[in-house]
Amino acid sequence: MRSNNVLGIVFSYDYDYVLPELTNLRTMGSVPFGGRYRLIDFALSNFVNCGISKVGVITKSNYQSLMDHIGTGKPWDLSRKREGMYLLPPFSNASAAGMYAHRIQALYGRLGFLNRSNEEYVVFCDCNVVCNIDFRELLSAHDKSGADITIAYRKGMAPKIDDTLVFDLNAENRILKAALKVNSQDAVNYSLNIYVMRKSLLERLLTEAVGMNNTDFERDIIQKNTSLLKIYGYRVDGFARTIDSLMSYFNINMELLKRENRAALFDPERPVYTKVRDDMPAIHGLGSKVKNSLIADGCIINGEVENSILFRGVRIAKNAKVKNSIVMQGSFVSESASIESVIMDKSVVITPNKMLCGTNNYPVYVGKSIVI
Amino acid sequence: MSKKHECIAMLLAGGQGSRLGILTKNIAKPAVPYGGKYRIIDFPLSNCVNSGIYTVGVLTQYQPLELNDYIGNGQPWDLDRMNGGVHILSPYQQIKGTEWYKGTANAIYQNINFIDRYNPEYVLILSGDHIYKMDYSKMIAFHKEKNADCTIAMLEVPWEEAPRFGLMLLNDDNSISEFEEKPKNPRSNYASMGVYTFTWKKLREYLIDDEANTHSSNDFGNDVIPAMHSAGEKMFAYPFDGYWKDVGTIDSLWEANLDLLNPKVDLDLSDESWKIYSRNPVTSPHYISDTADVQNSMIAEGTEISGCVDFSVLFSNVTVEEGAVVRDSIVMPGTVIKSGAVVQYAIVAENAVIEENAVVGQRPEDMINLDEWGVAVVGASVTIGKGANIAPKAMIDVDVKGVE
Repeated sequence: MRSNNVLGIVFSYDYDYVLPELTNLRTMGSVPFGGRYRLIDFALSNFVNCGISKVGVITKSNYQSLMDHIGTGKPWDLSRKREGMYLLPPFSNASAAGMYAHRIQALYGRLGFLNRSNEEYVVFCDCNVVCNIDFRELLSAHDKSGADITIAYRKGMAPKIDDTLVFDLNAENRILKAALKVNSQDAVNYSLNIYVMRKSLLERLLTEAVGMNNTDFERDIIQKNTSLLKIYGYRVDGFARTIDSLMSYFNINMELLKRENRAALFDPERPVYTKVRDDMPAIHGLGSKVKNSLIADGCIINGEVENSILFRGVRIAKNAKVKNSIVMQGSFVSESASIESVIMDKSVVITPNKMLCGTNNYPVYVGKSIVI
Repeated sequence: MSKKHECIAMLLAGGQGSRLGILTKNIAKPAVPYGGKYRIIDFPLSNCVNSGIYTVGVLTQYQPLELNDYIGNGQPWDLDRMNGGVHILSPYQQIKGTEWYKGTANAIYQNINFIDRYNPEYVLILSGDHIYKMDYSKMIAFHKEKNADCTIAMLEVPWEEAPRFGLMLLNDDNSISEFEEKPKNPRSNYASMGVYTFTWKKLREYLIDDEANTHSSNDFGNDVIPAMHSAGEKMFAYPFDGYWKDVGTIDSLWEANLDLLNPKVDLDLSDESWKIYSRNPVTSPHYISDTADVQNSMIAEGTEISGCVDFSVLFSNVTVEEGAVVRDSIVMPGTVIKSGAVVQYAIVAENAVIEENAVVGQRPEDMINLDEWGVAVVGASVTIGKGANIAPKAMIDVDVKGVE
């Protein structure tokens, strides 16, 4: 399969509701992650690293910050004369009225874009899955198995999201049964919501589903067709995590403090691209103390930082203490202030001598630009 | 023919920088890494865009591959433009023959056609050897206000350092009365920064005359500027006040890097209003482990530190293993410093490997004879074997075997 014969589509907003705090002012794709990234970076980088050069970004609401971030697609080399990045904001017409609630409606509303694309295949994915997957292998697995649809899955505890598909597969990885709302305490094969299929098949399935008034992609298209279509699974064993809550967002960030996870997610062979901010390198001041932490460019640290992730341009003043926390871009922790188990959104200021403390199993969230 | 530009910049980037030794073996001096993520040329290029100058000719000659690759289409500096932008200008074959750039003035002379395409009022001549942040638009305004033919940026330097510079004696209105080139007993401490603004019509005439003069060394400082001065052209000195450093030697490169860690030094790279742009590495944030101790240092992204780092500048993707020590040093991208190794008072170039228990450089307080002390340099992709000892002032550009 020629990689420039594949159209990439990323849903920038799906599952916004699992992170209400962080998506209040933005959309899933522009949620900051890992010290210098936004969640959409992983999807876009997966696409371009396998040679896909046409990507549609489906948006819904609050996508100003997403547009600021992706711009013309330059950081992903998607600002191109031929193909490149297409921003697909909500589009309303007589048959598909503007604001869609489901994946089917969202895709159906872009039928024109799909029809006009010359690519034979389409891959689509969401932004709440943090992963670095070699899509070339996914595409060749799809090719080899002769599947109609291939869905990437992972074995483990299913995310706590209602419409997560859980699969029973045979030895050839063909999906025999797809279940929804599985509440299992055991490891299952759960979908990563990364789909590969022929574009013509997607167009047909969408048109049929809309004709039948179907709304749920997982239930009405995948679940119903497991026997009619050849639907295969593609098992992902690398770093792939699904964000299903603020707690899981916190934990997945913290997983990056382990070397093996960084090595898997930031594989130099498949780099993760993001918008460049041209910050200076970080400065560790005299008397600062940093342990087990991930620090982005532009930080100036004069206090103590432990088990934490500091985004770009964070300032930690003298005698300030930051522990088990995520501090986003441009935030400031003043002298002798102390924070523990906190997620600080962008540009938060903690004034001198204040103390803020969450608990191990639930971090405190401080909203954007709040001064404490 | 392009749209008329008021001012374009010509950046002299062809110099070998031979005093940087093995650091410029395979790259031109302006491409030498600086400050954790930058290269020297980022400073003049960023100054240009920040000053509103969007057409820059970069004159290259010595080892241009890496520099050409780095500059590319100029996108990181926002110099990928419909009209103007950054242009790499290498010597090329002309009808009367082929010549290398014989001197700084000859380099501009050979590109008269390039400048004429933009038909500018003024031409800014810059060099790719200096670390400084300067608003060139103020200098051009000064040049216009004085109705000058040539304006030279000048810096007041300490008297004891003055003999190292080209100096200017000034009248009350800042016009230049006399030049002194590296005099033993200076009569002025106004040093030229190697930043010139010329009225293009004037400079064009002098470049053609200079080329016709077979005795000329075709250099701005030695030939063109003295010729303009003796002909009585209007020449002024534009006072600059701020950090400026020529990074032409190992010692000054080492110092200029560590200046970034000195709060008293007036060079703030985090200033949002005057950003220094560069081609950024694509890599994750840097990681400091439980066993690390990092003090007073600048650390770039992708670096992993488990050892001890003090008063040093570490570029991207450097690894400092547990038990390794790096102090008073500059470590360039991709270098690995293994457990038990000590790197002190040293510059280690890109992708080098310092094996276990090797020692690079020496602290001045541990020296018996201070005259033998100096910054040690390890070249790009060199491996220093287990337990090897690299003396201060050494320049190592081949692998050094380990000591059993």
